[in-house]
Amino acid sequence: MKLTAHPAAPGLGVGRAQVWRPAAVAEPERSDDPAAEAERFRTGRAALAAELAREREQMAGRAGAEAAAIFDAHLLMLEDPELESAVLGRLAAGEPAGRATRSAGEELAAIMDQLEDEYLRLRAADIRDVTSRLAMTMAGGSGSLPPPPWPETVLVTPDLQPSHMAQLDPQQVTAVVSRSGGPTSHAALLARSMGIPAVFGADPDAIAQGDWLVVDGETGTVRVRPDAGELAAARADQAARQAAEADLAGLRDLPAVTADGERRVELAANIGHPDEVAAALAAGAEGIGLFRTEFLFLDRPALPGEEEQYLAYRRVLAEMAPRPVLLRTLDVGGDKQLPGVPLAAEENPFLGLRGIRLWLKRPELWRPQLRAMLRASVHGNLHIMLPMVATVPEVAAARARLDETAAALAAEGVTPGAYKLGIMIEVPAAAMAAEGLAGAVDFFSIGTNDLTQYALAVDRGNPQVADLYQPLHPGVVALIRAAVEAAHRAGIWCGVCGELGGDPAAAAVLVGLGLDELSMSPRRIPRIKQVVRAMRAPDAAAAAAAAVAGAPAGGPAD
Amino acid sequence: MAVEQEVTVKHAAGLHARPAALFVSAAKGFTARIEVGARGIWVDAKSIMGVLRLGVRQGETVVLRADGEDAAAAVAALTAVLDGDGA
Repeated sequence: MKLTAHPAAPGLGVGRAQVWRPAAVAEPERSDDPAAEAERFRTGRAALAAELAREREQMAGRAGAEAAAIFDAHLLMLEDPELESAVLGRLAAGEPAGRATRSAGEELAAIMDQLEDEYLRLRAADIRDVTSRLAMTMAGGSGSLPPPPWPETVLVTPDLQPSHMAQLDPQQVTAVVSRSGGPTSHAALLARSMGIPAVFGADPDAIAQGDWLVVDGETGTVRVRPDAGELAAARADQAARQAAEADLAGLRDLPAVTADGERRVELAANIGHPDEVAAALAAGAEGIGLFRTEFLFLDRPALPGEEEQYLAYRRVLAEMAPRPVLLRTLDVGGDKQLPGVPLAAEENPFLGLRGIRLWLKRPELWRPQLRAMLRASVHGNLHIMLPMVATVPEVAAARARLDETAAALAAEGVTPGAYKLGIMIEVPAAAMAAEGLAGAVDFFSIGTNDLTQYALAVDRGNPQVADLYQPLHPGVVALIRAAVEAAHRAGIWCGVCGELGGDPAAAAVLVGLGLDELSMSPRRIPRIKQVVRAMRAPDAAAAAAAAVAGAPAGGPAD
Repeated sequence: MAVEQEVTVKHAAGLHARPAALFVSAAKGFTARIEVGARGIWVDAKSIMGVLRLGVRQGETVVLRADGEDAAAAVAALTAVLDGDGA
């Protein structure tokens, strides 16, 4: 029998069904002792808070920060003063603690249900989850799952909650099936973070304890009691997937060199946070081709201090050493808001005061950042990268600030470390007139996203013209080629840190154009390496030549 | 001693999601009783559910009201949270 429901977390899981329904807990209808009920509420709340805190730590280790944040949000809701006052109000009216908690939770959830914002409507599910769990805790019930009965178990349950996910061992629980929930629910997010395939919207009543199941988290299907042939096919499929993953893992320490040994590119990682270095190393990154420093500046009430920046840069440099780390100076503009740095409203922020233009003008931005970078550089192989550069004077101005910063540090008795200085090529004029720039820096890295948008006059975020965004448009390829050639004539290296670098369909062109380095999201590295190792240098050169000469493929002409 | 302050919410996500959690966590650090109001509705600034329910969007102006010993510090800190957050 095949059940078709909704995919919630990818992967193929085979195992025997553990069908679990929470035991109905008897709860009293009324109470004569509001004080005792209030005490039960507080005690229950404290106990659940402790459990949530434990689960949070477990999930942080198993599934990362985003997963842990779900439990943080639940903790905030559990301790919410509005919830408390709603419950206490009901207790004073003679309701027992369990009922009062469920009703108060339902009341708050119902208000959230009415909100326009979809994100907020999803939060209603959080409130229901937390309050019903609290009610169960107070009644002495438990959300604890019994241990999985088999080495390959599929958990089947009507209402899968984050607290259930927190109890699962991915080694033993090969998939989860739930009636409730959807792809954006917390349980789905946790399943994805933990690598456990999940299907939601399936009827647990159709499955009996012990039934063999094949759960496909990509198609949303559950095969119940598969016959021998279906089971064998599923096992073969699993084996093939695992082999593919192992192949990619085996690639990790191999170089990205073409099959004929003629061309070699360095593969590096683009990351936005020090926590991602581990993933970069695991994927075999030979360096960090772009470290976005904006995470230190955005989404917070004040600018980061020098010390905080220093610790973040030092961590990345040290963890990657001796591999190169390209730290990009703060790259923001009028479309974002920086705390404490009033940015005038601009009609066209994307062509306005952003990137290096803004950074050069604000000592409160460049001084602490450069001090932190120069102090951190002794811990690793620091490359400083300047975004949105169009002219040599901009580079000179940055160098002047670097020299000033180094002198100040030296005067304080702090030895500033060595560094390389390079620029992102994303302004088309910079690519066309790259000679002068190449003579002023140690490297180029091409920001293909913005380069393409500027060159084709297309905002890829605008659905009306997004199909005109063609990163291999011959005009764009010509810009890339110009930058690479100018770099090599000046004896410096040229890489790519835009999305194109991680696109397997573009690898041959980029290798053929002579790029020295491709930097991309860590999970793309193995595939690009595979593609490079399978190609021959003459074919890459031919692909590049064809791309330069190719007819532009455009959207429909109106 | 009561302090009141009007603030325009700058964050692209309004007072939702993580900014709301940051705001509430910051509010909890003060002993003063703090309220935030929008469109005539007032909620306890230390209540995540209250703040989420307020449904404040980017560009909306809210009023912060605090009463207690550290009221002024509370309003200043929460103003900075609402005023400065980037997307």
